[in-house]
Order: sequence, then C-alpha cells, then structure tokens
Amino acid sequence: MSVLSAGSLAEPGATPGAGEHGPVVVREHPGVPGPLVFLGRAGATIWSNGKARVGVVILGFFVLMALLAPLVAPHDPAATDFTPYLGPSATNWFGTTGNGQDVFSQFLYGARVSLLVGLAAGFGATFVAVVLGLVSGYRPGVVDAVIGFVTNLALVLPGIPLMIILAAYIPSHSVWTIVLVVALTAWATGARVIRSQAATLRTRDFVRSAQFSGERLGRIVFREILPNMTSLVAASFFAASTAAVMAEASLEFLGLGNPATISWGTILYQAQQQNSLLTGQWLMIFAPGLAIALLAMSFTLINFGVDALSNPRLREKA
Amino acid sequence: MSAPVESPRQAPPLLTARGVDVVYEPARGVRIWSVRGVDLDLAQGEFVGLVGESGCGKSTLGFALTRLLRPPARLDGGSIEFDGTDIATLTGEALRRQRRGGFALVLQSGMNALNPVRTVEHHVRDVLRAHARPGERWDRPAARERARELLAMVELDADVLGRYPHELSGGMRQRVSIALALALEPRLIVFDEPTTALDVLVQKAVMGTIARLQAERGFTALLISHDLGTVLEATQRTLVMYAGRIVEDSPSDALRTGSHHPYTEALLACYADPRADEVTLGGIPGSPPDLSLDDPGCPFAPRCAYVQDVCRVVDPELTPLGRGRAACHVRAAEAGLPVPEVERVR
Amino acid sequence: MRYLLTRVGLFVLTLWAAVTLNFVLPRLMPGSPLDAALARLAASGQQVTNAQVRAIEAQLGSPHGSLLSQYGQYLSDIVHLRFGTSFTDPTQSVASAIGRALPWTLVLVGVTTIIAFVLGTLLGAFAGWRRGRRSDAVITTTATFFGAFPPFWFGLLLLFGLAFRLQWFPISGGFSEGATPNLSWSFLGDAATHSVLPGLTLAITTLSGWVFGMRNTMINTLGEDYVVFAEANGLRERTVALGYAARNALLPNVTAFGLSLGAVVGGSVLVEGVFGYPGVGQLLFKAVTNHDFPLMQALFLVITVSMLVTIFIVDLLYTRLDPRVRAEGGDAS
Repeated sequence: MSVLSAGSLAEPGATPGAGEHGPVVVREHPGVPGPLVFLGRAGATIWSNGKARVGVVILGFFVLMALLAPLVAPHDPAATDFTPYLGPSATNWFGTTGNGQDVFSQFLYGARVSLLVGLAAGFGATFVAVVLGLVSGYRPGVVDAVIGFVTNLALVLPGIPLMIILAAYIPSHSVWTIVLVVALTAWATGARVIRSQAATLRTRDFVRSAQFSGERLGRIVFREILPNMTSLVAASFFAASTAAVMAEASLEFLGLGNPATISWGTILYQAQQQNSLLTGQWLMIFAPGLAIALLAMSFTLINFGVDALSNPRLREKA
Repeated sequence: MSAPVESPRQAPPLLTARGVDVVYEPARGVRIWSVRGVDLDLAQGEFVGLVGESGCGKSTLGFALTRLLRPPARLDGGSIEFDGTDIATLTGEALRRQRRGGFALVLQSGMNALNPVRTVEHHVRDVLRAHARPGERWDRPAARERARELLAMVELDADVLGRYPHELSGGMRQRVSIALALALEPRLIVFDEPTTALDVLVQKAVMGTIARLQAERGFTALLISHDLGTVLEATQRTLVMYAGRIVEDSPSDALRTGSHHPYTEALLACYADPRADEVTLGGIPGSPPDLSLDDPGCPFAPRCAYVQDVCRVVDPELTPLGRGRAACHVRAAEAGLPVPEVERVR
Repeated sequence: MRYLLTRVGLFVLTLWAAVTLNFVLPRLMPGSPLDAALARLAASGQQVTNAQVRAIEAQLGSPHGSLLSQYGQYLSDIVHLRFGTSFTDPTQSVASAIGRALPWTLVLVGVTTIIAFVLGTLLGAFAGWRRGRRSDAVITTTATFFGAFPPFWFGLLLLFGLAFRLQWFPISGGFSEGATPNLSWSFLGDAATHSVLPGLTLAITTLSGWVFGMRNTMINTLGEDYVVFAEANGLRERTVALGYAARNALLPNVTAFGLSLGAVVGGSVLVEGVFGYPGVGQLLFKAVTNHDFPLMQALFLVITVSMLVTIFIVDLLYTRLDPRVRAEGGDAS
C-alpha cells in the first residue's frame, strides 16, 4: 500500500475520524460502538454509494410488490377463469396461461417466491459459509484442512448440474426443496473468503489479548472476530441471494419445481411449454425474466456498496 | 563541508517550492490539510533531511514535490519550480518527460516497489525505453550493458539482472530501486524512508551507498525519515516538519547544540545519541492537532512547554535562529526579533 | 516441481471425491435409490417398463449387494465407460449418447468462454484504469445490467428477436435438418451459424463476471507501490497500465477462472436446452424432463470431470504467468 492511503496519514486516534478510512472497523473495545450504531454506519456507507442506492430502491420496490400483491393483483392468480393462451389485453395485461390463469396477477404474486427463495437460501448459504469459514479460519490444522478441501470441492463442482441432480432426486417438490438445494450448493465462495479473513484476524493483537485474558472461544469468535467481517458476511449474503434467485428460476424453468407454485420461474416454464414466443405471448417471457434480472441486479448493486465498506479503494468520490 | 545557510547562495536553487498545500479529500469523512503553505528551496548538490513524526505530512510533501500525489490526495495550491520550470501544473506526457534528468523518488519499502512479474533487467529496460531520446536505441544488449553499470553503482553483481524481485533480499531490492532511479540521471532524488523496512546492518550499508552516490554524482537529495539519528549523520541541512508545516530549517551539524524550535528540542530529547555517556529518553506529551481544522496560532502551542498568548493566536513564520531558521514566537523573542502584539486573552 | 505435484495430487483427490459424491448422492435419498427413481418415474405419469427397471439397476448397481461391492462395481464401470442404457432410447448406450454430444459443448463453451474471458478482462482492466471516469461508469453499468440476466431468458429473447422475428439465424438445433455431421467446410459453416446465438447468449451473460473481477483487482493493483514507482520513473502510461498494473491484476483472475467455469457450464445447460443445441446441456435438459436417471448421473460425472480437467490445465498455465510459482518449481528440480 502506498503511503498516500489516508489510513497511514495519522496515528490511530491522532485525528478524529481517521479510523473511518481504515480498511476494517476494528472493535478494540467490545460494546463501545454498539451493534446498532455499527449497522447504522454500515447502512450509511452503503447508501452513500450511488449504485447501491439504486439497488436498495429496486429491492424495496419488489418487497412492496410481494407484500401488496393481494391488494394490487386484478385477479386470483390460481383461478382458471379465462380463455387459455390469450395475448395481452385490457383485462389480462400480460395475457393468460394455457390453463386460463391471469399472467399479470401471477407475475405480481411471483415476487413473493423469488424474494423468499432468494433471501432464505441466501441466509442458509451464508450461515453455512460463516460457520465453516470461522471454524476453519480459527482452528488451523486438520479441521481447517478438511473443511478447506470440502470447500474447494464445492467450489469446483458445477453448481447448476449439481442442483439439477439433487432436485431430481429429492422426492418432495416444494419451494423449500429449492431453498435447501441452493443453500447446500452456494456457500463455498463465502466460506473461503470468511476463512481467510478469520485466519488473519486470529493473529491480530486484540484477538490475542482476548485469548490471553481467558475469554471463552465462543465469545472471542462472536464478539471479537465476527463484528470485524460484517461486510464480508453481507457480501456473501447478497452474492448467495443472487445465485439463489437465478437458481430458483433455472430449476423451475426446467420443470424441477412444483408447477402449482406461482413464481416467475414457473411462468417461464409454462411459457416455454406452450411455445409462447411463437404464439405472440412474448410478454409472458419478457416480464418475469426482466423481474428476475432486476432483482438479481439489485443484489449486485447493493454489493457494490458493501464492497466499499471493506475496501476503501473501491469507494466512490462524494 | 556544509555551506553556511545564512550566506546567499551563488547559483539559483534547483527546486523552489512556494506555498505548497496538499489536501486529502476522502469520499466520506473529513478533508485533511496534510501539508500547509510549505516554502522550500533545495540547492544544487545539497543533501537535505526532512524529519517529523508519523502523519506530519513529510511523505506527502515528498510525493507532492515529485508530482506523484494521487486521489484522495491533491495539490491544492502553491508553485513548484524545478530548474526554472513550474512543474506544479504539468500533467501527462509533459510531466513524464520532465522525469529524465529531473526528479526521482525512492519509496519507503523497496520490498513492494518492484513489479513481481518482471526481472531486474526488464525493469531497467522499461525505464530506459520510456525516456529514449531521438537517436537513442535501447535494444537488449545496450540496455543490459547500461543495467550492469547501474547495478555496479549500487554495489550489486551483474547476476542480479535475470532475477525476479522475490528472489532478492530486502536490501538488494532497495538497491535495485535506487539503480532504477539513477537510470533517469536525475538531478534530485527524494528518498522516502529508504531504509525503514530493512534490518539494522542493511540499513547502515544502504545509507552508506546513498551517501557515497550523492557525494560522487552530485545530485540533490531529500532524505525523508522519522529517524533523527540517520538524518543528522547523513545530511547537511535538516528540515523539521510538524502538522503539515516546516517549523525549523537548520544546518544538521548545528542541530545538536544551541537553541531550537521547542518541537525540535523535544525530538532531540527523544533521540538518544548512542555516543552519549548518559541517555535520558523523553516523550512528547499530548498529540498532534486535528489536521481537518484550521485553528489559528502555532500548531505546537497545545503541547509546548513555553507557550505564550501570542502562540495561540498568530501562526509564526520562519525567522532566523542561530545558524538556521525556526517558526517560533518564543525563540524569535529570545533572539531579539519583533513579535506581533496581541491583546491579552482573558 | 512441488507446485506441480501438489496440483496433480489435488486434482486426483478432487476427481475421486466428485466420483464418489456421484455414487453417494442417490443413496442418500430416503428409501432405496431404485424405489426413489421408480417413484419419480411413476409420479411423472410414465409407464415404467421392465427395461427401465433393469437400466436403473444397472446404473445403481445391484441393490442387494453390500455398499462396498456396489462401490467397487461403480468405479470399475466408470473406468470402462460403462454407464448403462438410456431410459428414453434403449437402443443407445449412455456412453455413446454422451460421446456424440460432448464435442458440441466443448467447442461451444470453450470458444465462448475464451472470448468472454479475454474481452471481459480487457474491459475490466480498462474500467479499473480509468476508474471514476465516464468510460468506467458506462462499462460497469452495462456489465451489471447484462450480468443479471438469467442466461436462458436472454437466450429466449435473442431467439425471439434475431431468429424468429428477423430470421437472421436458425431457430433451433446445431445444424440444418437433413445434414449429417462431418468435417466438410459446408457443414462446419452451417454448424457455426447455428452456434452464433447460443454462443452470444453465453458470452454476454458471463462477460460481466470477468469485467468485475478484473476491475476490482486492477483497482487494488493500482494502489501498489510498484505502480507508483513505475510512474515515478516516468514509464509510458501504456507500459504502466498493461505491463505493471493489468499484468499483475490478471493473476488472481486466472486463479478464479476455474471457479467461475461452473457458472458458465451451468448456464450452458439451460441455454443449450433453449436453443435445442445438440450438446451435453441439452442432453441433461432432456434427461431431467424424462427422468432418465442413468443419463443424468453419467452427464453430471462427465461435466464435472471436464471441469476438473480444465481447471487443472489452467493451473498448469498459471505457472507460466507467475514467476513466484515458477521459481518454486525451478528450485526444487
């Protein structure tokens, strides 16, 4: 690093505010900046990034869409009230499915499944990543070697084909199957990053001093180490959520989901089954796909802000 | 061997800086004025030291003088004249051309100053080719020959040529860095903490090489260091920096004795002369001021043992003191110089 | 030499683990794997024929033998490329079906990946070098947008616009109907025309990953002392950007190449399905639709092994790029 990074400009504490430019917010004294203050500051950093702000707005839009779907949807998304295979019209903005359901209502409700799968699978994958990453990084030796090997294996196995095989074998076909499958396959990248950060932090002075003062392992890991990698955990979460949204759509598009579920993936599956591109029902393909793309993009955009949290070099000029 | 500072210099200085300001503007957080209104003259062939504690802006000043500041740091004002050309406003290709026969920088840790995927010979060839003049052709044999000469200057064997940086020791890497700087045939070299990352014996050897090269080749050298001992040993003149300002400018051999800026005296008290019979080590109480604020008065006033009312209100200028100059109202008054009158506070 | 040995060792170990996972997965599912497969078949409304039951048994090994003997049989089958018979086409062995599909995918995925990697890396290096400027913003925004597209959906859009509406490209397949695959120029040209849309889909949707990877490492590299020092020595801007910054920023991205390959391969499965491209992706697509378990498992194995081999080759190429790794080998030998 060159001497011109602001971090080396002043001794820690010499200049109020100098700590804000450091690469990691190191909590030397547990409890001084409380978790809420900490999250607030993280949120402010993310919001200060223009790209991330757009991402938050898009994500907010889809959350509203999912919450308000029953109020906004013009029809019951499951009811087979209409003539099948209709093109867009005033009653059925996005046309109708082969079963005579209203595609626009399905589209609105679809936000629920995509968000649920994205966030739940993202959470699951991040949980696995954090646990394995922390254990592996904090316990060098055999444990680390074994977890490291499993992580590398999971990294090089082709994700979608593995998901397909898993989903094809698992007998029940609920949304939670997909959540489970995605959580089981999307954790490896995050685990690797968290492992290396935990290994670095393990040798830092404030962790060492906690060790010597006889703190319990759990306390050290959760109070001293974990708070110093919030941005990595958040980045893993949004990356896994992006993967989950994509994977859910892919699996359902392949017909590996439950066709009775109303989601963007199943709309695409039905559209593909009824060759809707060739019958002029292109909105049935265009709308849900664009929604998936925008949701995935919102996660990616938010991650720009999260990246800037951990790496000041990536921060934008105010 | 050191020319008396107070006597007017015969030749115009090689580098003249006036009112140099450097500001750090991070994306979030506060602006910091890291260098404030620095005036500086460097004469041809002079060996000058620049000392101060971490964060005082000495490295930043070195980068500003060699025009290598990059965001978030920015040259905010002032002029830097090098051999009659104002280089403060030059950019791009025009600035790049000034570097041959001009000013070079040797970085803090030569460890990371070399491209990991290039051999030493390749580094030298890059520099030579970047500055080839019309009629100069740096084909491989010619470049290799020149690289051998440069390595010999820094006391390295020619078999270093084919090696990659990771195959060299820290001292060797720093010597290669110096050789690369010499390839520019510079008239000024800024050494930014050139030996800090090395262990003690290697430090000595590298400093010896720098001193010999400076004496033999006659370039102007600015040695930036937090190590007062190294600076006093090697240089003819010492500049002391505090909170972005130069607070003292004194012949190095005059620094150990006599009256100086209170901050310089405090620094001297921290530096234990290894040849002294008795060593007393002291620290400086307090901490440097907040560089984001523009407080009036002397920046050292809050930590100064001799502080007067005037010190808290009026920023002192460099005025003659002994054989050098210092920016201190107290010392100016002792030397019988006029001090600004201030209303009594409270 | 040590680097090479470590790589070979890891490669063999990973290969073994992947092969074993393929054996274990169906057996982890509740009930006997045979029953599970049959239940899935029945649930899909297909008639379960005796031939299918035998095919599944052949694939899963005799359910009556011990797990160890099943595993031994499984390994020996793989070594001899005996993957059983496909459900959907009992006249075809799984091995020959895959053998016919594999070259298509290797060429399609191989060529598009190389193009996307080179182009994405160049764009990312450029964006990183000019960061904060307009060109950076344009590249980053465009890449974010296209990178979020589900590949199969983008394929459908291209299919609709460029093939169906504008009729610039054929709608489906890897070659014109009635043509027989051979190595004549006319056939290769025909196949190339059919590959444009699936290739474009894969290249555009994977490009952003390379752009961002390179941009990030480039920005980090630009802060390194050797870049500052190169500038201090007045090297030409092009030399600093390419020879000092980008050349070093490339290294972590080459390491990441293998890891990102999974996404490309995964994307190609669905894209091939969308375009009816006769590669392993479409074969897997069909196998899933038809619950063709022997084919599915063999395909997963083949895809995994091809990926591992590619990663291994990239690892070997890496030694040519990084003198630090190269020297490690040189010292030991």
